[in-house]
Amino acid sequence: MASHFHAFQLFFPSLRAGGGNDIQWCFSQVKGAVDDDVAEADIISTVEFNHSGELLATGDKGGRVVIFQQEQENKTQSHSRGEYNVYSTFQSHEPEFDYLKSLEIEEKINKIRWLPQKNAAQFLLSTNDKTIKLWKISERDKRPEGYNLKEEDGRYRDPTTVTTLRVPVFRPMDLMVEASPRRIFANAHTYHINSISINSDYETYLSADDLRINLWHLEITDRSFNIVDIKPANMEELTEVITAAEFHPNSCNTFVYSSSKGTIRLCDMRASALCDRHSKLFEEPEDPSNRSFFSEIISSISDVKFSHSGRYMMTRDYLSVKIWDLNMENRPVETYQVHEYLRSKLCSLYENDCIFDKFECCWNGSDSIVMTGSYNNFFRMFDRNTKRDITLEASRENNKPRTVLKPRKVCASGKRKKDEISVDSLDFNKKILHTAWHPKENIIAVATTNNLYIFQDKMN
Amino acid sequence: MFVRGLKRKCFDGEEDIEGTLAGIKAIPSYNLQRQSLLDMSLVKLQLCHMLVEPNLCRSVLIANTVRQIQEEMTQDGTWQMINTQSTGQTSLDRLVSTDILCRSSREQAEGKQVPGYSSFNKDFEDDQTQDSSETMSTSSSVQTPRNLQSNVWEMENPQESRGNFQKSLDQIFETLENKNPNSVEDLFSEVDNSYYDLDTMLTGMMSNTKMGHCDGLETFSSPTTATSNSNCKSDLNELDHIVEILVES
Repeated sequence: MASHFHAFQLFFPSLRAGGGNDIQWCFSQVKGAVDDDVAEADIISTVEFNHSGELLATGDKGGRVVIFQQEQENKTQSHSRGEYNVYSTFQSHEPEFDYLKSLEIEEKINKIRWLPQKNAAQFLLSTNDKTIKLWKISERDKRPEGYNLKEEDGRYRDPTTVTTLRVPVFRPMDLMVEASPRRIFANAHTYHINSISINSDYETYLSADDLRINLWHLEITDRSFNIVDIKPANMEELTEVITAAEFHPNSCNTFVYSSSKGTIRLCDMRASALCDRHSKLFEEPEDPSNRSFFSEIISSISDVKFSHSGRYMMTRDYLSVKIWDLNMENRPVETYQVHEYLRSKLCSLYENDCIFDKFECCWNGSDSIVMTGSYNNFFRMFDRNTKRDITLEASRENNKPRTVLKPRKVCASGKRKKDEISVDSLDFNKKILHTAWHPKENIIAVATTNNLYIFQDKMN
Repeated sequence: MFVRGLKRKCFDGEEDIEGTLAGIKAIPSYNLQRQSLLDMSLVKLQLCHMLVEPNLCRSVLIANTVRQIQEEMTQDGTWQMINTQSTGQTSLDRLVSTDILCRSSREQAEGKQVPGYSSFNKDFEDDQTQDSSETMSTSSSVQTPRNLQSNVWEMENPQESRGNFQKSLDQIFETLENKNPNSVEDLFSEVDNSYYDLDTMLTGMMSNTKMGHCDGLETFSSPTTATSNSNCKSDLNELDHIVEILVES
């Protein structure tokens, strides 16, 4: 028996490494204001690691992007990985006013996506409701000194006072990180942009709004191709909108988009210029015993993410996370309940608009664990191999580094055990919509309303 | 446990309902809850976020919910023609009584009476001149002929992106405006007045241009001056403003 087990582990290395609940998550850092009075502009609206995991970007409602950089690992401190410290902060988008419609265009950053690093500089795309921008983040650690015609403070010298000539030289200076907008992709979206996704060719990317998806070339800002258009000829017939879209991680011709009716369409750009006819339609038949007036609303997909392998995709609807095999369209291969205890509260959640909250989801680097947020600053992880799940809380109460987080439990009904929280005590204003997982390591970034928490697994 | 055999789940009904007696009481409360859900949904569609375009996904989902309720009500036969005169008070009741919804089912099992609901069956207007997708706007409406005012609203908001909801919202506001000023004030007595202050400030900034589809609400802020003449005048000012922008560009 023992030999069978070892052989099994050879074929399934993730088992050897241990599942999500063999990981002991510890508090590492928290960023953001301490006080309970949340400034609207500080509300975090997106979180994203770059491809190496060294950089972590956040966007907020005030249109700012803050990038954190992981410190190089300290060889003497082997029990913790490098901390993330502020690397760059810049104002990405400003509020605008659409004079024709008499409406404000929010500066809130909806999404940030990193480009893979090609040279010393880093590039990312950030978007608000209407405009996508390509930002270059570069370091400067030396400056030229010894100009002939300029003083050190920049003032120009009178050429007649120059008696000798010298060659300017580079001298080291304090590290300065500069962010500059390199491209601005504007005026292509009538509706609000909800997704951007960079193609695996690293030359093109898509942007999706409620009704249309456009394809851009990163170098070209004055043109984009419309590849999906679900706007009906008569807007009165509108019953479905696009909620998220993403390129396949390996096939540069394949992308998916999700809808407010709980469907996912996979499209192949080789089939036609306008991908209005999907190649595959993923939809799970409705469970008749759970039918209510809220069935459609809770089936609306708020996020879709391909696995790193490209074989699976994950969708998040209001109550669950579903894993789909791209080869099977009629139902997901795995379904995980995030907070089923809310099913009996849908009416209240409709009244206070919480039912429209858009939760995101993410994969770990090996695609063995998925994570998503919930209310009361809880977030959930599901181990696809062990089928175990865990609920953790992002709270300043656990803020001693290397303190292992205690699992939390919500009591749905009946007697509440010690340390359990009843559904009625949940704080629905404390929602975790945005989470991110380091591409290689067990480091996660979890955004509460205005704070960013970083957790790591306990290293021995 | 919950009564089996009900075609749909009751709202927020996690508490025990014992016996068939409670089951019988649950059925009229289902209609009540459905009605309240419809009202709540209409209020959600009407309340616009002042400056920012409303979330289209949310609007579509709410509109689909409304449509679903109306379809079910049509099948049940509770969707009937109404007497236009009688809508005055009852529609006000419906708009402000969203606290009906989400009461615990224990309360409902005790059979709490709700004022003003005895006649709710009469309050629906089946507007046969409009297609079914617009019926969501008529449940609180008085059937009025299209007047100059609504034509001007349609003209100044040609952008298709507001589409269906803009037109329906226009209809709601137009019908509300035709009520007498007293009931209008009652209607908005619970609305936060700071709403209008911001509106006034922005109106000054934009040289009399109204903010998007809150046009109707703005006219209510000063009911004594809400004559059709002044509305048309400020609407025409906005038209001028738009033409100015178009010409400049």
